[in-house]
Amino acid sequence: MPKKLPKTDVVIVGMGAAGGVAALPLTNAGLKVIGIEAGGWLSPRDFAPDELRNGARNWPQSVQKAASEAPTVRANSNQKAVQGGHPMMNAVGGTTMHYWAQSWRLNPWDFKVVSATRDRYGADRIPTGSTVEDWPFGYDELEPFYEKVEFAVGISGQAGNVKGKINAAGNVFEGERQSEYPMRPLRTSPFTELMTNAAQRLDWSPFQGPAAITSELYDGRPPCQYHGFCNKGGCHVQAKSSTAFTTIPKAIDTGNLDVVTYARVTNIVTDNDGKVTGVDYLRGSEEFFQPADVVLMASYAYENVRLLQLSKSRSFPDGLSNNNGQVGKHYLSHHQGSPVIALFPEDLHNWYGLPAQGVAIDDWADDNFDHSDLDFIGGANLWAHTDRKPIGAAKMSTFGRASNWGSDWKKFIMDNADKTNTAYIQKTTLPYEGNYLDLDPQVKDPLGFPVTRITASYRENETRIAEFSQNMMEKWYREAGATEIIRTGLGGAMSASTHAYGGTRMGNNSETNVVDRWGFSHEVPNLGVLGASVMGTSGARNPTLTVQALSWRTSEHLVANWQSIVG
Amino acid sequence: MASSKKNHKADSFPKDGPVDTSRRNLIKGAGMVGVAALGTSAENIIAQESSKERNINTMISREALEVLTADEAETLEAICGCLIPSDENGPGAFEARAAHYIDKSLASHNKSARDYYMVSLDAINQYSKKTRGNAFHRLIDDHQFSILSAVQEDKVPGCSPNGSDFFNIVRNHTIDGTFCDPYYGGNQNFVGWDMLNYPGIRLSASETDVAQGPDLTPNHQSAYDHDTYTKMVINGSMNQRGGQSDA
Repeated sequence: MPKKLPKTDVVIVGMGAAGGVAALPLTNAGLKVIGIEAGGWLSPRDFAPDELRNGARNWPQSVQKAASEAPTVRANSNQKAVQGGHPMMNAVGGTTMHYWAQSWRLNPWDFKVVSATRDRYGADRIPTGSTVEDWPFGYDELEPFYEKVEFAVGISGQAGNVKGKINAAGNVFEGERQSEYPMRPLRTSPFTELMTNAAQRLDWSPFQGPAAITSELYDGRPPCQYHGFCNKGGCHVQAKSSTAFTTIPKAIDTGNLDVVTYARVTNIVTDNDGKVTGVDYLRGSEEFFQPADVVLMASYAYENVRLLQLSKSRSFPDGLSNNNGQVGKHYLSHHQGSPVIALFPEDLHNWYGLPAQGVAIDDWADDNFDHSDLDFIGGANLWAHTDRKPIGAAKMSTFGRASNWGSDWKKFIMDNADKTNTAYIQKTTLPYEGNYLDLDPQVKDPLGFPVTRITASYRENETRIAEFSQNMMEKWYREAGATEIIRTGLGGAMSASTHAYGGTRMGNNSETNVVDRWGFSHEVPNLGVLGASVMGTSGARNPTLTVQALSWRTSEHLVANWQSIVG
Repeated sequence: MASSKKNHKADSFPKDGPVDTSRRNLIKGAGMVGVAALGTSAENIIAQESSKERNINTMISREALEVLTADEAETLEAICGCLIPSDENGPGAFEARAAHYIDKSLASHNKSARDYYMVSLDAINQYSKKTRGNAFHRLIDDHQFSILSAVQEDKVPGCSPNGSDFFNIVRNHTIDGTFCDPYYGGNQNFVGWDMLNYPGIRLSASETDVAQGPDLTPNHQSAYDHDTYTKMVINGSMNQRGGQSDA
């Protein structure tokens, strides 16, 4: 029998991007919170600028619970699923430790894809087989929470629309904001200036994207030093606004948050009335039961879904909160692949700089352009950014100009190491019938529990956006002077992704959604779900800020409605 | 598909065999195994007559084989030298000690590839003996290149998991070993970073640094030249520059 611990008000499973933010409004309101985290604490001494360790070796200092339960992947149900890698890590702060830290608000269109498409182009333009729904609320309802998170964690950027006032230096397509960003954008670089000038010649609207990275002294943290080891690396001066250095320490300071490290939650426990009573977890070989009035699930999308599917009980024989069969449905991996790679005649000066230091184009994203004569809806955010490292440079494409080893290859990489760039293109991705997460019938994690199985593929709408956005990206690179361009494939199976959405989708209709408009289960009143697993559309940009705004909102809702939720 | 271009020259001794004293084969002889064999072969006695070769011996004087056998190491060293040759454009994987890096990594992070190396290096050597009458590392460059091309094209029997996959594994690891932080035993004396004109680890990169681009002078700094990241900060002797690897 697991050792029963004293009861707490709220248990949060996972102290990452979502749980790390949710803890702050709860503890500020005086609720006692226990955060259970599979990883441990890392400090800036662990964040060496070491490409091999961070990139190729996947940062061994982080506890790779996630790696031990990596999902299996197949494009459709006729195939056998194969296990690959897991894109996330485990630590206090989760993947906000080593992410690129791009911190976008979604475009207002992303909240109402169905109705906006129907109104502008006709209902028949919703892609066949898509299960997409409008969100249960619009951008305006999330706006105050975006703002709270931007200030609480610290986001740098250039606003393009403050209270309706358009500023062409920022994103002119963004939804209306109530305030400027708390910090100015990260600095430009010779390469971002090259790309900005090219975009302006094309009459596009380039702007510097928002980042959870300090551009100036903020909240006691120094500004970014631009040394360039953000990607799969932590920040040596804490300029990256990871929850481990922002909201989590603040929540601990209230005296109301205890973080339990190196603990694996194995089961969400339910009583005979269908309410959750707490969680079982393993720490080393010891088993514990942590009782709580409310459980908030804040692992990554795959683990949120898997834990629900594994937590079977008399009240929920097919998995917790799954009596309507919606857990694992409406899954999507963000289409962020299909990059375009360019070769320039001159050095780009990209040995220093970071992935979030870049220039964005939103002219071809969301519904920012007329789709009347196109065969898809949505679009892509084009991102040209700095970030070059020696091993990555040596493994670059040779654009058909050299073989891939020997003297001619060596000469090629010597001449071109700092002359190539790979664009990051994030595309609108929709949920479809036949794309889902379930438990793999064969592959198990080291504890003997089945891993998640991803059955999903991109469909025509996504591959058409990919082709369209590659055209635009190529045009942009060529305008900037690129002499060679490589386009990669348009997309097939949806592999395990750093941007995984759905599986516990949010919506008013309990027949098609797992959680309600506040993030609480339709079936289990005291169970909340945080993370991109509640999101029904991806937008054309990184999800983290939206995940954090939703988490803050769910926490405030819990504080305001404690009695009715706890019952 | 290796370049048909000659890297540098063995023209005076075009024949495969132990008497090949071309520049690169001298270097080969002075590799990981050469140290152990020092003074025992005619080849190394010749090598010692050149101050250049003595420098190389000094450079690698504290290398041990942690995983590979002496035969395997010689074969691997030669493969790394084909992939990133030492040529008229400067040092390559040999000077970077990529093979030394790979040997160490097979004891740690790359453990799962250990069997692939054992089986494939043996298969390549056997194929070399069968088709060219000599061990792979004894062959002249062109013959090594053609055998490695055959590995890449999956035409050398017995490689594991197969020729082309093994080729990709060893290519990736050779790149890692040539361009990684010198802490890991490769990229010795920063030859890999210099090859790419990578200016080195800076904890802070100013706008002026970035503006200089290719004109910025490489600083030859490892991540672990910075006290913050060195595990034994109190041990001042640990904070020496670059080259030497830690166990």
